[in-house]
Amino acid sequence: MLSTEVLAVFLPLLGFVLAGALGRRLGAHGAEYLTTALMLTAAALSISLFGTYALDGQHTTITLMSWMSVGPLSVDWALRFDALTAVMLVVVNGVSAMVHLYSIGYMHHDPHRPRFFAYLSLFTFAMLMLVTADNLIQLFFGWEGVGLASYLLINFWYKKPSANAASMKAFLVNRVGDFGFALGIMGIYFAFGTVSFDGIFNQLGIETSFKLFGWTLDAVTLSCLLLFMGAMGKSAQLGLHTWLPDAMEGPTPVSALIHAATMVTAGVFMLCRLSPLFETVPEVLAVVTILGALTAFVAATIGLTQFDIKRVIAYSTMSQLGYMFFAVGVGAYGAAMFHLMTHAFFKALLFLGAGSVIHALSDEQDLRNMGGLWKKIPVTWALMWIGSLALAGVPLFAGYYSKDIILESAWASHSAAGQFAWYMGIAAAFMTAFYSWRLLLMAFHGQPRASAEVMSHVHESPFVMLLPLLVLAVGALGSGAYAYDWFVGEGRFEFWRTTLAVGEHDVIHAAHDVTGWVKHMPTLMGVSGIFLAFIAYLWVPKLPGALVRMFPSLHALFYRKWLFDELYNALCIRPALCLGRVFWQSGDVRLIDGLGPNKFAEATKNAADELHAAQSGYVYHYAFVVVFGLAALLIWLTW
Amino acid sequence: MITVGLTHYLVLAALLFTLGILGIFLNRKNVIVILMSVELMLLAVNINFVAFSAALGNIEGQIFSLFVLTVAAAEAAIGLAILVVYFRNRGSIAVDDINLMKG
Repeated sequence: MLSTEVLAVFLPLLGFVLAGALGRRLGAHGAEYLTTALMLTAAALSISLFGTYALDGQHTTITLMSWMSVGPLSVDWALRFDALTAVMLVVVNGVSAMVHLYSIGYMHHDPHRPRFFAYLSLFTFAMLMLVTADNLIQLFFGWEGVGLASYLLINFWYKKPSANAASMKAFLVNRVGDFGFALGIMGIYFAFGTVSFDGIFNQLGIETSFKLFGWTLDAVTLSCLLLFMGAMGKSAQLGLHTWLPDAMEGPTPVSALIHAATMVTAGVFMLCRLSPLFETVPEVLAVVTILGALTAFVAATIGLTQFDIKRVIAYSTMSQLGYMFFAVGVGAYGAAMFHLMTHAFFKALLFLGAGSVIHALSDEQDLRNMGGLWKKIPVTWALMWIGSLALAGVPLFAGYYSKDIILESAWASHSAAGQFAWYMGIAAAFMTAFYSWRLLLMAFHGQPRASAEVMSHVHESPFVMLLPLLVLAVGALGSGAYAYDWFVGEGRFEFWRTTLAVGEHDVIHAAHDVTGWVKHMPTLMGVSGIFLAFIAYLWVPKLPGALVRMFPSLHALFYRKWLFDELYNALCIRPALCLGRVFWQSGDVRLIDGLGPNKFAEATKNAADELHAAQSGYVYHYAFVVVFGLAALLIWLTW
Repeated sequence: MITVGLTHYLVLAALLFTLGILGIFLNRKNVIVILMSVELMLLAVNINFVAFSAALGNIEGQIFSLFVLTVAAAEAAIGLAILVVYFRNRGSIAVDDINLMKG
């Protein structure tokens, strides 16, 4: 029973239970060392599982127990292991172990560390349930579990009102997506009569339809659209993305683990897991492509103007998720998973590096108050450079391989949506490089803008924080070149086997044959973006201000995040609050309370006010009542 | 010439009893009057006892009336004692001032 597979999934749960239930007894150190040790073990087991299931090409499903059996619906708790799961296991457990280790250093001032580490382990377990699920219901369990852990961790510093608001926003926006996701699962069950992946894949191509208000809709298409809506919420795609930047209120390790490397990629994973199904609905894939491309572009434009170091990286995460989605949309599932994996390394690296900067500057997050740090924290500086080089797609770094193959696939898909995605992606690649170097140059180079007192306290992070950064930096440096062949190269059929669908038109194959200038465009854009950032933020520092003055409305649009928050405030939140106030004031207070409990209490009080006059306190009044009562009783009895 | 029978005694006792009760209800001045009214009611009961005893030729009613007299004496003593203590504590024995049980 306690096989490697089971241990790799359930050790984080053990960590959560122990740190959560016995946190006080274990003490802060006990809890953090215990959970970290369990996570490191799980990560090591994951690497051995990667060998078994990805490299040796085995696949298996371990049924743990039956969950529910209701009529024709039966759902098992089962762990499905194949190449896709193995990749996600390494990413999730690997990054989680690094983040646990990093948090020992980062959180060492915090009095609530057992709770923090328990939540981190809970998150990891929920994510593992998500990636090992063999049916949609278990996937949904993991899906909601990571949502819960995300909510708890964004609100970890629960005394901050902004953290409360951010966590509620994350939870509510995800509810919108999850509503679609749950409906999608029901639609899938309606169409296929099963929720297990194998059961669905065995019946592809069936024709079922819904009748809705007189329209006839194809059940599979609609269900896939709804499933994609779930993915949009969890993966912060345009429209349901507003929670992700606000989620940066949580501690930085949380941002690195949940809001960069793992949870937000759950949508991409889900689409890849269901790729055989999505291949049968090209209309939905076109929607995915266009939305992913728009997300990549819009997020990059916002990233150009933000000043909070974590928000810049958050918008960059959103933009990179857009890349993954349009890769899925054009059918390059291997490329999407490849970018997911490399992105997990370099984005976790960037976030943890940003955490190191924030730590060094005594919790300063505003780029305008940084600058000139590189001599003081050289290791962090070098690691941030590596992460940014990987993000910008500079040759030989991880992002170069994955982003290039995505853009080439988009070009090679020869569809209108794919072309659109390519142009958006190229523009976003340019902006990605620009804002990454804007961040680097504003934070580390130029003159120090922090106060002398803060600057005198600047210190390099302790080794326990630098070690995870170094490990992730190795991934950001090497994972692209090392894993290229498995994910998208010649060995991809050997590696993925049947877990990822390959359409009739093998996009990744076509991507390798695109013409020269298309191949070189992303790199060119990346390098020119870096160059322009050097001009704007190091050599001609007056340029950004001049540009803002030249295009004030465009800058305002980007700086205010395309007014999504304002739009949602006006369209959804205010009406909802007004409606709530109406229901509260007239429905609840006036109608239900007014006629129910309050009315009853009032009537009782009035009656008591009348009756208490009878209790005069004079003995002769009481005697009078006694005598007359007795007389009345006697008359009544003897009548 | 009227023959005085049992009925006359009972009517007298009932009148005395009613006077006693009214004395309790209508008196607003003095607690001592209440004590006197109670005494009056007890005596009305005694007349009943003695009247029935004579009418039925049964000695027990007369014995009982002696007990009632004893108890009435004790009650008057205790009642006056309480009254004295009450006056010391509150400085008044007017009935309208005794309303501490007011709700």
